[in-house]
Amino acid sequence: MQGTASRERFEQAVLPHLDAAYSLARWLTRNDEDAQDVTQESFLRAFRFFDGYQGGNMRAWLLTIVRNTCYTWLHQNRPPESAVEFDEEIHSEEFSADTNPELQVLASADKATLQRALEELPEMFREALVLREIEGMSYKEIADVASVSIGTVMSRLARARTRLRQALVAAPRKES
Amino acid sequence: MSCKLTNRFVPGYLDGELDLSRTIEMETHLQVCAECARELATLQAMRAALQRNSLAYAAPQALRERIQSSLRASAPSPASAPVEAPERASSWNAFQFLRWAGAFAVLVLCAVVAWQLLPGFRGPANEQQLAAEVLTSHVRSLEANHLMDVVSTDQHTVKPWFDGKLDFSPPVEDLASDGFPLVGGRLDYLEGRQVAALVYQRRKHFINVFVWPVAAGSGSTQILAPQQGYNMTRWSRGGFQFWAVSDVSAVDLAEFVRLLETRSVPESK
Repeated sequence: MQGTASRERFEQAVLPHLDAAYSLARWLTRNDEDAQDVTQESFLRAFRFFDGYQGGNMRAWLLTIVRNTCYTWLHQNRPPESAVEFDEEIHSEEFSADTNPELQVLASADKATLQRALEELPEMFREALVLREIEGMSYKEIADVASVSIGTVMSRLARARTRLRQALVAAPRKES
Repeated sequence: MSCKLTNRFVPGYLDGELDLSRTIEMETHLQVCAECARELATLQAMRAALQRNSLAYAAPQALRERIQSSLRASAPSPASAPVEAPERASSWNAFQFLRWAGAFAVLVLCAVVAWQLLPGFRGPANEQQLAAEVLTSHVRSLEANHLMDVVSTDQHTVKPWFDGKLDFSPPVEDLASDGFPLVGGRLDYLEGRQVAALVYQRRKHFINVFVWPVAAGSGSTQILAPQQGYNMTRWSRGGFQFWAVSDVSAVDLAEFVRLLETRSVPESK
């Protein structure tokens, strides 16, 4: 039985993280409508679990719930993404000229290109990169949210970055 | 890729996740290794692009309202909900005016008090100099492998160790139960005097707390702007001045300071 007082306490503690929750859901589902549903579902779950919340990092706690809700939802509603081969060869050394044109391409990437490139990353890489670069989380926090080791976070981030670089470099550029 | 450090440490360096000695090592290395420097520049360019384009999504207002009303629905409260709701939207009545006016008055009062207190508490330029000294002491204590003169997790060992070495007896608290175990202490110098340095640990990070007596009583807690990746907070209480410095996150340090403040030396009334 949860009364008004506990609801108010919950709203005060958790609602400030609504943007972060929605943003993560939006990146993981890649769709506004789904993201809204998942976020709402996550808040209701969080409210149910709130008594069990032991203190600590509220944002990480909430984002863990959002993430799990997203994957449950995606699992039920969408065909699974093709598995990522973990042993793929990474060729990031295609640009070894002194001028480093890759850097210029990356630095000048526009929002639409970045969005598309991020959305096309496999889930686990997208998740790591979004939590790191958009939410500004530490390796430890990402590890907590994704329930993996810090080593796994580091390797996923490295792969995510390599893939994003490749995608951005390969993206068609606007005529300047 | 020929340099072994590039893939191993450049990302961690970029993310601020290397420990102190490795960070210093990388800084030196980056000046001589073109490969690592280029990789870092590339990653930084990508990060800058990601951040410049503000890729975070903001929750739509409709969603916020939907969530609030679904929370209300799942937490029925016979007393307040149905009656109160329509009224809230209705008007700007006298009661509300008073409430806002009161809040505003408190705000103004706080601002005035803060204005009065801050310059006196903060002192002149030597504040910054002291902050720099504290930071240097912290870095040196980690670098020179001279973190602790007395190694003990027992506050009853650490506190007496200072007897006869200092002209005051610093308050020593163990916060192991809150995830900040005391690991030892040492003597240090700040502002030309001997001070007590207490060393706490947060996971693999160390927190130095410098303590020495001050003439003035208690002052408000002051969180300093991070410098070179270190967070610093100072406060005074019960006749002592405290400075905490560490590379733990600002959130962790704030929690640590809060715990220490509530434990150390009860306020003399």
